[in-house]
Amino acid sequence: MDKRLERILPRVQKPARYVGGEYNAVIKDRAEVDTRVAFCFPDTYEIGMSNLGMRILYGVMNEMPGVWCERVYAPWGDMEQEMRRAGMPLFALESGDPVADFDIVAFSVGYEMAFPCMLNMLDLAGIPLHSAERTGLTPLVVAGGTAMYNAEPMADFLDIVSLGEGEDSTVELIQLHRRARREGWSREEFLRCAARVPGLYVPGLYDVTYHDDGTVAAITPLQGAPAVVTKRIVTDMDKSYFPVKTIVPSTEIVQDRVMLELFRGCIRGCRFCQAGYVYRPVRSRSADLCARYGVEACNDSGYQEVTLSSLSTSDYPPLTELCDELEPFCDRRHVNLSLPSLRADNFSMGIMQRLARGRKTGLTFAPEAGTQRLRDVINKNVTLEELLRSCHTAFAGGYNAVKLYFMLGLPTETDEDVLGIADVAARVMHAWREAAPNKNRGVRITVSTSWFVPKPHTAFQWEPQISREEYERRVKLLREAITTKTVTYNWHDSATSVIEAVLARGDRRLCRVLETVWRKGATLDAWEEYFSFERWQEAFAACGVDPAFYANRRRERDEIMPWSMISSGVTEDYLWREYQRSLKGLTTPDCRTRCNGCGANRLVGGKCDV
Amino acid sequence: MSKLRLLFVKEAQASWISHLDLMRTFQRAFPRTELDIRHSQGYHPHPILSIVLPLPVGQSSDCELLDFEVVQESDGAGIAERLNTGMPRGLRVLDCYPAARPVRELAWLRADLWLEYDGGVPAEAAEKLRELFSSPSLVIQKRTKRKELAEVDIAPMIRAVSLTEEEGVIRADVTVQAQNPGLNPQLLGKAIERYLPELAPDFIRVRRRAVLDADGRDFR
Repeated sequence: MDKRLERILPRVQKPARYVGGEYNAVIKDRAEVDTRVAFCFPDTYEIGMSNLGMRILYGVMNEMPGVWCERVYAPWGDMEQEMRRAGMPLFALESGDPVADFDIVAFSVGYEMAFPCMLNMLDLAGIPLHSAERTGLTPLVVAGGTAMYNAEPMADFLDIVSLGEGEDSTVELIQLHRRARREGWSREEFLRCAARVPGLYVPGLYDVTYHDDGTVAAITPLQGAPAVVTKRIVTDMDKSYFPVKTIVPSTEIVQDRVMLELFRGCIRGCRFCQAGYVYRPVRSRSADLCARYGVEACNDSGYQEVTLSSLSTSDYPPLTELCDELEPFCDRRHVNLSLPSLRADNFSMGIMQRLARGRKTGLTFAPEAGTQRLRDVINKNVTLEELLRSCHTAFAGGYNAVKLYFMLGLPTETDEDVLGIADVAARVMHAWREAAPNKNRGVRITVSTSWFVPKPHTAFQWEPQISREEYERRVKLLREAITTKTVTYNWHDSATSVIEAVLARGDRRLCRVLETVWRKGATLDAWEEYFSFERWQEAFAACGVDPAFYANRRRERDEIMPWSMISSGVTEDYLWREYQRSLKGLTTPDCRTRCNGCGANRLVGGKCDV
Repeated sequence: MSKLRLLFVKEAQASWISHLDLMRTFQRAFPRTELDIRHSQGYHPHPILSIVLPLPVGQSSDCELLDFEVVQESDGAGIAERLNTGMPRGLRVLDCYPAARPVRELAWLRADLWLEYDGGVPAEAAEKLRELFSSPSLVIQKRTKRKELAEVDIAPMIRAVSLTEEEGVIRADVTVQAQNPGLNPQLLGKAIERYLPELAPDFIRVRRRAVLDADGRDFR
């Protein structure tokens, strides 16, 4: 172990996150490796290790002969201070080697608020921040993940952006990079070639010009780069890699259990949901294979909990069969199943009985909006009756806690919609009174609201975010309307959502803001402990950027979105159609009921297997 | 039902695994043995598993003990090998056997302390330290469980200290009281800081070498 590290560790919180050595961490012989990949997650170990995508790609890369992929996480503030004081650069967990010495430095980024952390990690590694300042083939700085569907605010800092699912394109990228190093290509030559690999976007090969009013005038691809880069997907989930033998952390992480991925994509089409659009189309893994992976992963890791993971687990057609198939094993090994993403409209007694037997703590539903009108606007397609029926079932089955998630500030929202949330909570309370077999234990109903952030590649990408004053007024309105003591109301801190709204639909002019805010001290801004709204305001002012231009402005149909060179497979025409339908309160059926022609079917050769 | 005991090594990266995390790590490894750990009765059953003398985070050890109960009849044969197929680096089970001796018979623990001096070992340091550790009273400040600072005399808890000078390092082979109350050997460094601040080392590395009964024999 590095001597500097050994001296630092006694002084930092949770030192086990900085040492590696976990069961199943991959150690390779440096002499047999020609490509070193530092796979970075711009957040703490506990968060990064809970990310299934990272585990998949770690496995995929390490299965390649000659490639050694290692993990890198952001140090917590105390550790960063110690590292900087000791002059210790950012290092990878498996080998302890400095990140700057790696061939490829790849980030997985799911959340805009992690952008400052990426800059901080590059700096801690001693890698020049700007793509233009890096002259050689190594280290190559790459990023992928959901937040990269609009990579523009990070465009100056990244060499390549990988769009969509990385199982195949990562391998292609590594092979190309290996060839470039072997044959001594220049960096420019390599980037030009990389831009021709489907799913790889090279920001430096696009020239962006702006109108006087600040909107984008034109995006011009240079040197043969494609006008539009379409995301990559895995077409057959039964043939795609699943990390059965995966790292078991020696310290507690957020998702400390087997994550069994049932399917990708979502049939629903909620209009606010970026994941629902960008992960299309739906592709399921067969129940037999899921059951086998679940058993093997439990046997290897020793975990006693399996989470059945997807965007909407109760939409997995063979869900009951899968639960039944796993039951004998779960009984014998005392393994619990947890289903995190349930919909209120198809939650059944059957599913409930298969959930965490014995410990019936709480269930979570997300009606998202308080009235049917607004739920139709967002295409949530859950009715109050369905929600109440599900709660009734749960209470009758012995549950005594329900969490309800909503959003405030959705397009067209009125005070009536806000007050409707309180009404929903009161009716859920009533359902408990009717259904609970034992009322002595009481009930806990938790209402949580977040502030709606319009995201790129969704039907609401043209919509403004409501102002902060208005959001706070609506929170107050709801707070005063919730009078029952058994209902707890939590609301999301507002300042983070403002910045998120700016970055989510930002353009390249935000690169300077990000650099400025990072230089002023922004690092782990996804954490309340580190986030400072004032610091962001100062950075906007210093760069002459008006955050309201990005967050609170309604876009026109003919405006060129800064992320127009990126396609998730869903067409902009479809998103606009959905937007127009939403304003009329018209719902769109799910993909199983009818194909609505979003365009994502072209990614799987014409017909989705829903 | 059987009561079993594990003897294991905790070193390198694993020395940074906290007590609670270590318990979790073992719990996850036990399914490999095909033995069922006995669980407590009650609303929230938890596995009956206890580490005999939890090692402070950051220290290494050659002689950690973990007691557990299994539903089946077992003498522990083959358990160590199976557990070792699922361990993180730095954790290695050496043996598994019936827990015959009661833990209360564990009296002393022996540890090596490496006192590291980055600028070289100061002149006559070993002699001065030898003298210090033979004094009848060594009062240091220690945090109590209620996080208050208290003055504690650690001299009565030290049974033997032998010092050897090596390159840039003084190695102290110490034997201290193991329980009721136990002494963390690292605290010898606190005594140096207080009484001979000029000899305070830049870093102290600790490795537990043996756990002993009242007669000074290995406790197993």
